[in-house]
Amino acid sequence: MKNLISAADLDRDEATAILDTAAHMHGIQTREVKKLPPLRGRTVVNLFFEDSTRTRSSFEIAGKWLSADVINVSAKGSSVSKGESLRDTALTVAAMGVDALVVRHHASGAVQRLASWVDCAVVNAGDGTHEHPTQALLDAYTLRNRLGSLDDRHVVIVGDITHSRVARSNVLLLRTLGARVTLVAPPTLLPSGVGSWPCETSWDLDATLSGKEHGDVDAVMMLRVQRERMSGGYFPSEREYAIGYGLSPQRLDLLGETVPVLHPGPMNRGLEISSAAADGARSVVLDQVQAGVAVRMAVLYRLLVGTETEAI
Amino acid sequence: MTGHAPTTGKHSPSVEHGSSEHRSGPATATVLSAADVGRVVDRMAHQIIENVAKSGFDAVLLGIPTRGVPLAKRLAERIAVFADVRLPVGSLDITLHRDDLRLRGVRPLGTTVEPDGGVTGRTVVLVDDVLFSGRSIRAALDALTELGRPRAVQAAVLVDRGHRQLPIRADYVGKNVPTAPSQSVRVSLAEVDGSDSVTVTDGVGA
Repeated sequence: MKNLISAADLDRDEATAILDTAAHMHGIQTREVKKLPPLRGRTVVNLFFEDSTRTRSSFEIAGKWLSADVINVSAKGSSVSKGESLRDTALTVAAMGVDALVVRHHASGAVQRLASWVDCAVVNAGDGTHEHPTQALLDAYTLRNRLGSLDDRHVVIVGDITHSRVARSNVLLLRTLGARVTLVAPPTLLPSGVGSWPCETSWDLDATLSGKEHGDVDAVMMLRVQRERMSGGYFPSEREYAIGYGLSPQRLDLLGETVPVLHPGPMNRGLEISSAAADGARSVVLDQVQAGVAVRMAVLYRLLVGTETEAI
Repeated sequence: MTGHAPTTGKHSPSVEHGSSEHRSGPATATVLSAADVGRVVDRMAHQIIENVAKSGFDAVLLGIPTRGVPLAKRLAERIAVFADVRLPVGSLDITLHRDDLRLRGVRPLGTTVEPDGGVTGRTVVLVDDVLFSGRSIRAALDALTELGRPRAVQAAVLVDRGHRQLPIRADYVGKNVPTAPSQSVRVSLAEVDGSDSVTVTDGVGA
C-alpha cells in the first residue's frame, strides 16, 4: 500500500490490519511519554487547501507521536493564493524530500491526480464531495470498539449524503467490513446514482430508526449539513430539515440504550443533531476524535514503514 | 525476532515450522525436550529468586512477545511456588523500536502490558525465548524507557545461541546452545505452539 486515496483501496484484511494496529497505537494516548520511534527521520507534510481543525491536527499529532517531522501547509498565506497550480505546489513540496503528503482539497479527485504527479506516499484527507478514508476508518474503529464486530451490523447514516465524502467512504468501508448500511436523507440530498451503491436508502428517518424499514438499528451516524457546499434549494428551511431529519430527543428514544450515535463533526447543534443526542450517553463523538489520532498513526505507520509491505 | 534474515532468525513460525517438520531436507535436532524445558524453567526461577531476594523481591518480569510472555508467566508461577512471592508480570512490545523496521517492512504489533505497580525504581527482568544477535534486547531497553526508569534491568532467556552483534549478555540462561549462524533455533511453548521443545535446524541453504 503506497497511497490511501479511497476507502475502496482497502480490502478486508488490510482494513482489519489498520484497525488492529490502531488499537495498539491507542494505548500510547494514556502514557506519560507519548512518543514512539518508527518514523524518526521521516517528513510528513499536511497540504490543506480547505479549512480543517480536527483532521489536520490529528494527522499532525499522529505524525509527531511516531517521531516524524510534520509540517503544515495551508492554501491561505501560501503561494496557492498567488495563483500557483495544484501540480506546481505539489511538485514543489515533494521536491523538498517529503516522505508523505496528507492532502485535503475542495475538488473531488484532486488528491488522486496529485498522487500521480509525486513519488511520495499520499493520503487523502478529504477531497471535495468524493472521499475521506481516514474518517471512515476512525468511524469503523469506534463502531468496532462499541459493537465488537461489524459483521451483519446495521448502520444508519443520516443527512446530506450528496455533499458528504464521509458517507461515501463509510459506505464502502463498512460494506468491506461486513456491515449493512442504510442512507437516510431527503430525496434532494441523495446523490444521483446512489442506487448503484452497496447500501439501502430511505426518505423516512422515523421508520428507519424504529426498525420498521430495513430492520433493527445497531448504530446511527449523523452527517453535518454542509452549508458551504449548498447553493440553496435542497430543503425549504433549516427548521424543516431539523424536523424531518434531525436527531431530536424524541427520535433518540426510538433507539436502544446501547446504540452509539456518531457525528464526524463539526456539529450544527439544533440542526442535524440535538444537544440531547450530542451530549447523551449514546454519543461517541469524542471517542471518534480520540480514535482519529490512533487510526492516523496506524495509516502513517503502514504507509511509511518498510520498503515493501509484508502480509500481516 | 532478531535482526537477521528469516532463515537464520530465531523463529518465523509460518515459514520454519513447515520447513523443519514436513520436509526431509534439513536435519533437525531436539536440544530440549518438554521435560527438559520444565526443569530449565525451574532452575531459572531459583536463580532469579536468589538474585532478587536481596532487594526484597522488588522485581517484575517483562516478557517480550510472542514467546517471552508465556515464559515470563511460567517463571512467575514457579517463583511463587518456590519462594511464596508473586512477582508482577507484564509484556513489552518492541516492534516499533527495532532497528530493522525499514528493512523488514510492516509487521503486526504485539501488546505492551505494564506490570502492576509499574517499573520505576524496581528490578526489571526482561524475558525472551532466544538470545541471538542481542538486537531484541537492545530494542527492549529502548522500549522500557517509555514505561519508566527501572532500578536495574536484567535479561532471562531460555536459549542463548551465541553470535552476538551487540555488547549484550543475559543474566539468566536456560541453556547455552552452540550453533552455526546458518542454523535456526526454534522454541516451542505449549501456550503458543501446543507443546514444549527446543530444536535446532540446519540451514536450508537458500
